[in-house]
Amino acid sequence: MAGFQYFPHTDEDIRAMLDRIGVKSFDDLYADVPADCLYQGEYDLPDAMTEQQVRDYFEGLASKNPRLKVFAGAGAYDHYTPAVIPYITQRSEFITAYTPYQCEISQGTLRYIFEYQSMICTLTGMDVSNASMYDGPTAAAESMRMMVAQAKKKNTVLVSNTLLPQVRGVIATYAKYAGITIKEIEAENGQTSKASLEALISEGDVAGAIVPSINRFGIIENLDGMADALHADKALMTVYCDPSALAVLKTPAEWGADIAVGDGQPLGIPLCYGGPYVGFMACTKEYMRKLPGRIVGETRDKEGRRAFVLTLQAREQHIRREKATSNICSNESLMALWVTVYLSLMGPEGMKQVNDLCYQRAHYLYARLLETGKFQEVFSGAPFLKEFVLKPLVPVAELQKRLADAGFFGALETDDGYVSFCVTEKRSYEDIDELVKAL
Amino acid sequence: MKYYDKLIFEISKPGRRGYSLPEPCSKCQGADAIPATLRRDKAPELPQVSEPDVVRHYTNLSQMNFGVDTGFYPLGSCTMKYNPKINEEIAAMPAFGGIHPLQKDVPGVDAVYEGMDKALAAITGMKHFTFKPCAGAHGELTGLMIIREYHMSRGDTKRTRIIVPDSAHGTNPASAAVCGLDVVVVKSNVQGLVDVEDLKPLLDDTIAGIMMTNPNTLGLFEKDIREIASLVHAAGGLLYYDGANMNPLIGTVRPGDMGFDVMHLNLHKSFSTPHGGGGPGSGPVGVCEKLVPFLGVNVSGFNGNFGVILRAYAYILMLGRENVKLCGKLATLGANYIKESLKDLYKLPIESVCKHEFVFDGLINDGAREGKEGAATLDVAKRLLDFGYHAPTIYFPLLFHQAIMIEPTETESKETIDGFIEVMRKIAAEAAQDPDILHGAPHTTPISRPDETTAARNPILKYWDA
Repeated sequence: MAGFQYFPHTDEDIRAMLDRIGVKSFDDLYADVPADCLYQGEYDLPDAMTEQQVRDYFEGLASKNPRLKVFAGAGAYDHYTPAVIPYITQRSEFITAYTPYQCEISQGTLRYIFEYQSMICTLTGMDVSNASMYDGPTAAAESMRMMVAQAKKKNTVLVSNTLLPQVRGVIATYAKYAGITIKEIEAENGQTSKASLEALISEGDVAGAIVPSINRFGIIENLDGMADALHADKALMTVYCDPSALAVLKTPAEWGADIAVGDGQPLGIPLCYGGPYVGFMACTKEYMRKLPGRIVGETRDKEGRRAFVLTLQAREQHIRREKATSNICSNESLMALWVTVYLSLMGPEGMKQVNDLCYQRAHYLYARLLETGKFQEVFSGAPFLKEFVLKPLVPVAELQKRLADAGFFGALETDDGYVSFCVTEKRSYEDIDELVKAL
Repeated sequence: MKYYDKLIFEISKPGRRGYSLPEPCSKCQGADAIPATLRRDKAPELPQVSEPDVVRHYTNLSQMNFGVDTGFYPLGSCTMKYNPKINEEIAAMPAFGGIHPLQKDVPGVDAVYEGMDKALAAITGMKHFTFKPCAGAHGELTGLMIIREYHMSRGDTKRTRIIVPDSAHGTNPASAAVCGLDVVVVKSNVQGLVDVEDLKPLLDDTIAGIMMTNPNTLGLFEKDIREIASLVHAAGGLLYYDGANMNPLIGTVRPGDMGFDVMHLNLHKSFSTPHGGGGPGSGPVGVCEKLVPFLGVNVSGFNGNFGVILRAYAYILMLGRENVKLCGKLATLGANYIKESLKDLYKLPIESVCKHEFVFDGLINDGAREGKEGAATLDVAKRLLDFGYHAPTIYFPLLFHQAIMIEPTETESKETIDGFIEVMRKIAAEAAQDPDILHGAPHTTPISRPDETTAARNPILKYWDA
């Protein structure tokens, strides 16, 4: 045998093991496989590379991608990642660990999930958080399922037009196969229309609604009265939110929501072409036992020491099978650690400062772009934090090309023909001035 | 591993900070300029800690954890193989990490997806893959959606039932339910395989397909698979392959050649990416040619877990055309070796060559006697922790009451496996002599067995609940 660095077996080991089993060759171990199922051909794969070749290959691929300064959001935000986070999350005891079913040797994982749940609860104002979901859009889709399951006989979920398109898209996918009716709440001046919401509620069959805290135009929505309108009809409210912005914005709990969902990516997770990110999902105590996914709880061991365990498992697929609240098993545990370390480093004041910086720089760019005469205001006076849309007066493709040529990624075209920009604390005033100059 | 009792909130002190950020512009308005009606009443109760506090706290937490780099995981159906370190270096390259998911002109990224699609197609015999699913169960759901799309595209709308063997992973029926399918259970026969005679009457024109794990969760190859495929196809259904158990087949058998139409892979199992304490995973879904038009189902926000896909691609390039042929065979060798070395002390319910895993049904002599309860599978599992091993998967599959499901992988040496066998024999001897040694286990871990009943009855789910 030629030898391969991840396979520890010597020829002698293989021989001894085959002997113990009482067979002559590997073929005998596959004697139960019908001959026509055994693959006889050559695998259409490259020859094995050395580690150096692999590194060179990926460095080559990486260099083919233009490195652009990101002035775009649309659900993925380029916030700064402190050096501590990759250092901690790369610790082998965290990254190479299995799901913490064996709690006696998984207290590290279980404790950080408990801390994560606590942090999601304080950001959203909710009572209970799960241990994470795949991403924001799937968390939103799970909230749809949860609202319908709770309503029992009602089967319609209202989804705001102002949610990000990928959130609406994934909700629509899950709804289609689950046989859930989706109705869209119209937008009015770039915000979820309360009149539209009320009209749809009056049509009946509404199990709940999903509305954004900050929407796809970057506008901070006023959700006043929406929870009351829904609750009066025994329907629930889910708020989709940016957890970074929640450090300053009204919480889903303060808006009267029953469920809060969103993507944890803005909490220092690199853009990485869309993943891995981490969905979060939290709810009020009332719906705790309907929440999908893993949940960690505190208890005591036999000696009375504080210990953490996976709990309320009667909701989950490995116990309930087709009657489970969801099919989710693996989630995004390590990314939950990522945001937990981020929030520990930032604290309440760091989070406030990030939001101040985003606010100031985004508003600076907004004003500078209008000065160029190439854009018009769309939602004048609507409050925004780090992201906004404008109406372009020149072709979008031309704008995007000029930006790309100058090393920027921005001016994303929205479904409505606007362009969106986003500014995080990573973008300096000099960056902004250069971007404006490039236009 | 030592016990460390702090939570990050308990080392917090007002005035401490762990960040460095530019100073906000003092002349301009900040987030306080947002109308008060849209702002929260009080700041979130996040900890206030310095950078060294954070590093020491999480390092201490990590030391209460067990990982693949710490020791052996004989964990059935979980394929806890070695996670190569070059993969981590590649996934951390800033030139990949800094790319926005909506960026279009990224040839270096496209090459990764194209290369992976081609490599996975070669290994599985499928035509193409979608990389949007973020985990195995997410892949199952996606694959089932594709099956439904196929039937609906043909106007065949009454196919709303799916057949799932009684030995299936819990995610199978759960994914089917999320996909709006009714689950029909097919029984296993005495050999632990899908009972073809039990299957036949289930196949009517309401059946969308069958979900199968092959080798199944007993580690046994479903040797009637070609007949099952013919029967299901003849009835108008499709075959779904649960890739959780793909490892023994890598380099030897391809699901596409067995007649499967749709499948998922767990890159965090079969393709060496780290499990991360429960994700991030990646569950790409592959389909046969006629299902390629339905690959576009929209199941996640952007492009799947690109960082995980990068790692798996690096692994495949390291493995290459020749080594891939040994991957499944070495995993299968290890499993059969353990089975043969322990079956005199642990009950082997089905005598057969196994694939990458196998199932014992508890101890042959559990030490039970007058006034003394015998050692159960849970006790064996917990005792293993004392000897520096992770526990096997226990009480699954549900076909046996004392199931112990063991899976070594191809990255475990004979010495490691021999060490495990020796400890399993020692534990069996302890049980026979005095089962209480096992009842009290583990003895050497940071905590002993916790009170799970109280945890569920009086839930403390966040710091402020305690």
